[in-house]
Amino acid sequence: MNEKTSAEKDPRFKIANKEALIGIGLVLFNFIWWFAFAYGLGGKDPSEYTYVFGLPAWFFYSCVAGVVVMAILVFFVVKRFFTDVSFDDEVYEDQ
Amino acid sequence: MNWEAAITLFGSVALIFFIGLTASRKETVGKSFVQDYYLGSRSLGGFVLAMTMTATYGSASSFIGGPGVAYNEGLGWVLLSVTQVATGYFTLMILGKKFAIVTRKYKATTLIDFLKERYQSKLVVLLSAVSIVVFLFSAMAAQWIGGGRLIESLTGLSYTSALFIFVVTVLIYVTFGGFRAVTLTDAIQGSIMFIGTLVLLIAVIIAGGGISEIMADLQAENPNLVTPFGSDGTLTAPYVSSYWILVGVGVVALPQIAVRAMSYKNTRSFHLALMIGTIVVGVIMLNMHLIGVFARPILPGIEIGDRVMPLIALEVLPSWLAGVVLAAPLAAIMSTVDSLLLIVSSTIVKDVYINYIKPEASRKKVQGMSMGITALLGILVFLMAVNPPDLIIWLNLFAIGGLEAAFIWPIVMGLYWDKGNKYGAIASMLVGIISYIVFQSFYPEPFGMHAVVTSILLALLAYVGFSLSMRQEPLKQ
Repeated sequence: MNEKTSAEKDPRFKIANKEALIGIGLVLFNFIWWFAFAYGLGGKDPSEYTYVFGLPAWFFYSCVAGVVVMAILVFFVVKRFFTDVSFDDEVYEDQ
Repeated sequence: MNWEAAITLFGSVALIFFIGLTASRKETVGKSFVQDYYLGSRSLGGFVLAMTMTATYGSASSFIGGPGVAYNEGLGWVLLSVTQVATGYFTLMILGKKFAIVTRKYKATTLIDFLKERYQSKLVVLLSAVSIVVFLFSAMAAQWIGGGRLIESLTGLSYTSALFIFVVTVLIYVTFGGFRAVTLTDAIQGSIMFIGTLVLLIAVIIAGGGISEIMADLQAENPNLVTPFGSDGTLTAPYVSSYWILVGVGVVALPQIAVRAMSYKNTRSFHLALMIGTIVVGVIMLNMHLIGVFARPILPGIEIGDRVMPLIALEVLPSWLAGVVLAAPLAAIMSTVDSLLLIVSSTIVKDVYINYIKPEASRKKVQGMSMGITALLGILVFLMAVNPPDLIIWLNLFAIGGLEAAFIWPIVMGLYWDKGNKYGAIASMLVGIISYIVFQSFYPEPFGMHAVVTSILLALLAYVGFSLSMRQEPLKQ
């Protein structure tokens, strides 16, 4: 293990770790939403499908609503839980 | 030849090209050439970051191939494609701030720089360099073929001249412009894609007589087209779900994506990119593939999937508008190609040449080398795309999954798990690539899922197992 990363415990890493976990949470939610509507409503015989805005209900909820819900959720999560950190301590040097 | 469409198509491309060159002239003084050429001096704003991620990722496969498959498979393929929405937020959130902070500390400008500093191992660097050059080079050739085909089917020029036009444009701006030019043009291309797919989708719905009408037509032809299971019922739930790994979560490990996750200016741009990126990727993926499905009742009987997009655009839009809208897939291919080109050339120049052959090379020399290698690579790919050798086609099939299997754990665990070491990284890369190629060749769907899932799991076991059992010597070798 490279001692640089473990030696300097950067306080910013705590924020970064938390945000990565949020990312995993979001993708799990996204997957469950997608899967449940697609195969829950779409598993029936096509003759029994109901339609929303002309699209089969499974497709509308899983894909169309799924994208909208994720966009709103990401917006909310970023605004509410993501913290600004500074990268300013870095200086670029010419080689 | 459809002159009107061809003129607007080339007009849009020329505009993009012009902006690329203008941007490159704004070269920053005093900053490292390598930082600037390959990273744009880490100055990307939120909008540009979101668009460049989208444009890089949305390639020939999603814009030309994807709608073609959707045309044949129906809504099931759209379901599969929206798994890519995850790339809009997940990649950036996972690599996120940690990657930006760590790579700045390491002064890393490429994925390999990061791996080199993190693992302090020559073998890791060489393995990564070889995987990147081999896989991305093949991926690039396939994209160029796609670009050539698109221009060919729209203009009626011969394939070779179409390819030539395409290549010259890409080469000029990538060679002189570097990363900054590429990301800027990506931003424009991303916007064209976003608006273009919206316009085309609306036009297709109108031409088809409304969504309900189109759905009824599809169901009358084959009820499977409106189910999640594909036209002949073969798209099973485990198989479709495994695309969450291949085109969703696993994208974290693609070098052309990772490099963008280290190049943003500050966390405000990062936050903005998350919000914009999710919407843009979601809308584009959904629209693009829906267009493919909706095109079926309007233009039945298209044999070659790749021609669905150009043909439907010419069918439902006025010619001049079709040219502008088709600039979207063309833009997607171009931006994928130009970032791949930069990644491969930076791997050769920075990661191999400066690291191991001539560390003290002068700025001028590096500058010349970077441009020279980029141009040379472009010409090589052109020659291959004119008459593609079988090996390239074969390798391209493995490109995305292979890169993911190779890099996902060395990157992700390298960032978040302090105990991970070079033995783990080497084992994980070898196991990932080899198992992926073996599965793909002999047993492509283990447990009913895409082979990438099993390979990534095996690579994880290798990473953890070797990291724990082989302690790395505490000093740098």
